[in-house]
Amino acid sequence: METNEQSNKKRLEVVDSAGSLDETCKTFVFHNEDHTLGNSLRYMVMKNPEVQFCGYSVPHPSESKINFRIQTHGELGTDVLKKGLKDLNSVCEHVLATFQASVQDFKRRDVEMADG
Amino acid sequence: MNISEDTRTRVTLNEHGVDNVHSTDFPGEYPDFDDAWDFKKFKKNFRIDMIKMNDDELEFDMVGIDAAIANAFRRILLAEVPTMAIEKVHIYNNTSIIQDEVLAHRLGLIPIKADPRLFEYKSEGEDFSPEDTIIFQLKVKCTKNSQAKDTTDPDEMYKDHKVTTKHLKWIPMKGQDTIFKEGDLRPVNDDILIAKLRPGQEIDIRVFCNKGIGKDHAKFSPVATASYRLLPEIYLKSPVTGALAEKLQSCFSPGVIVIDTENGNKVARVANARKDTCSREVFRHDNLKDLVELKKVRDHFIFSVESTGILPPDILVEEAIKVLMKKCQDFILN
Repeated sequence: METNEQSNKKRLEVVDSAGSLDETCKTFVFHNEDHTLGNSLRYMVMKNPEVQFCGYSVPHPSESKINFRIQTHGELGTDVLKKGLKDLNSVCEHVLATFQASVQDFKRRDVEMADG
Repeated sequence: MNISEDTRTRVTLNEHGVDNVHSTDFPGEYPDFDDAWDFKKFKKNFRIDMIKMNDDELEFDMVGIDAAIANAFRRILLAEVPTMAIEKVHIYNNTSIIQDEVLAHRLGLIPIKADPRLFEYKSEGEDFSPEDTIIFQLKVKCTKNSQAKDTTDPDEMYKDHKVTTKHLKWIPMKGQDTIFKEGDLRPVNDDILIAKLRPGQEIDIRVFCNKGIGKDHAKFSPVATASYRLLPEIYLKSPVTGALAEKLQSCFSPGVIVIDTENGNKVARVANARKDTCSREVFRHDNLKDLVELKKVRDHFIFSVESTGILPPDILVEEAIKVLMKKCQDFILN
């Protein structure tokens, strides 16, 4: 069985684009990821005004990896990617906190309804 | 609502096809909007409203988020929140008519009530350990009921002729009995039929449960369904009265359109668009199709999560959000 944690293998790679030194255009390869992270991260990266283009593809359905392309107006591709990941993480944190508060609130109201 | 506001925030349903399906709220797309990511703005607009919650069902509204992220939560619920399921089956004896491989497959699909957060993933090639495995025994032998007379009912004629999940007996591994009580680790339902036997037939099996995710095999999926839909909106462009009002009402799901009586006239009114299934039946009628506009709110997701009973649905959603956070954190460190 393949587990989702293969820590010995590097899960993030950068595609070597024929010796190009341009750090503003990069294609990353995320191993063991699919549309779940691909599309949500693409959205967060595209929200960055520094980004000229961002897109991803699943090169083959039986390979579990995605190609993730970033082109910027001048910032480093890796920095933009890192910002996207951090933004997505902070969104999740806020969604989680809001969800938990909402569940607590619902349960409290439920108890009050049962008592009253 | 002006045109660009409408294309940004609404999906429009037309007679033939659906318009403005994709999100366009990106910097540079509209000259009069600042679409750069702003956490404060997100925080202000985002909300979650619980609609219904019980032991295995949850319905809630998630408002103010993009489909890309809402869909990530849905996909993770289906395929990436771990659970425990039967992974290995040791068959010592099976003289029933159900074949070994079919029996093993059936066993695999039984939901096992065990908190997956208390277990580790089993590493490939290593032996079962108390941290990653739960063992159950299934040992049933069917016998004749000597008391039964003049009956053709198998329930009376035979003993133990139905093998169900209640026959699965937990065998604690070393140290597990100090952490778990009898009844903590068991199948979610005790009335799932696994096999049928006749007198003399016997099943003697040991099953090993491991932690896994739905991506690997659907038996690990913690939800029966996890889905969302967008909140529908219905506008009546001009008053719909009389017989036409009744026709309009019949085009939608019950409760969507109500008919008021004003000065003895029947007038249609949109009462609850949320109940609509968005069938677009109304566009099939020439005298109605120009009177209504059907839309959906792009960032209002009505989530519905139905658990298999392994974990409560609210915990499942929390776990799903945590899985996405873990993905981000793993790659930030890289």
